[in-house]
Amino acid sequence: MLLTLLAAAGLALLRGRNLFAVVMLAGIYSLLSAGLFTVMDAVDVAFTEAAVGAGISTVLFLGALALCGHHENKPGHTPLLPLFVVLVTGGLLVWGTMDMPGFGDPANPVHHHVADHYIEESYHEIEIPNVVTSVLASYRGYDTMGETTVVFAAAVGVMILLAGRLGRKPRPDGKGDGT
Amino acid sequence: MSLDLLVSHYNYWVVIFLMMVGFYILISRGNLIKKIVGLNVFQTSVFMLYISMGKVSGGTPPILLPGEEGVLYSNPLPHVLILTAIVVGIATTSVGLALAVRIKEAYGTIEEDEINAIDARTEAAE
Repeated sequence: MLLTLLAAAGLALLRGRNLFAVVMLAGIYSLLSAGLFTVMDAVDVAFTEAAVGAGISTVLFLGALALCGHHENKPGHTPLLPLFVVLVTGGLLVWGTMDMPGFGDPANPVHHHVADHYIEESYHEIEIPNVVTSVLASYRGYDTMGETTVVFAAAVGVMILLAGRLGRKPRPDGKGDGT
Repeated sequence: MSLDLLVSHYNYWVVIFLMMVGFYILISRGNLIKKIVGLNVFQTSVFMLYISMGKVSGGTPPILLPGEEGVLYSNPLPHVLILTAIVVGIATTSVGLALAVRIKEAYGTIEEDEINAIDARTEAAE
């Protein structure tokens, strides 16, 4: 049910040409997906998606729209080539899922590699009831540290890109400063 | 048989559909911000694929109930990976938007074809 709603939101995103509406729809899409994560037992992921996907990224998009204007031109070329690429890729992916085990089957191999250990032992080893937290902070702590590095690098990148903005005045004809 | 397949793989197929919608927006639209929206849709659909794989029917969220035996938990590992991916995703989105703002400043537009036309004119002038 939620998945069908998501598909509808995705299509609306594709059609919309007013970027303001598109960004709002993207927020709704994000919120729907957070609901889906809750249904699929991933409560921590749902928190993060609702806060980051529906909250922060919508704000970032709105900020960028304020600077860039919110009208999108009609695409100038025929959609046939992209459509073909997309259909072929999608067909291959669907073909790939034919070998995947069914949704929700407890015997799936993905559930029996290290996940058993985390669920059975993590409380004795780390004494945190939330398994996601103990895996994130302890077993895969280096991952989380790498993630922090990525966020830091992104922050530096954004600052470098936008640092000169305050010093430059756009030309009155709105064509930028040409640097 | 085929109905079983539909029920057990419906999640994966809708996820693939969303993935392809995002991919299509990414490669067919000329507006840079719309492209980034498409990239976000693509990303979220990958998250959904992982979380679908971690779900166990009849399972509960992987928060342990000490003292209770035989509780079936969903797989926590995909959740952890996707938490990391969401945060990295917002980082890449913000860099992409900053680039779009910078391009708007330099070219006065964020439409790909107009940017290409301006580039071609500049090259011809040189």
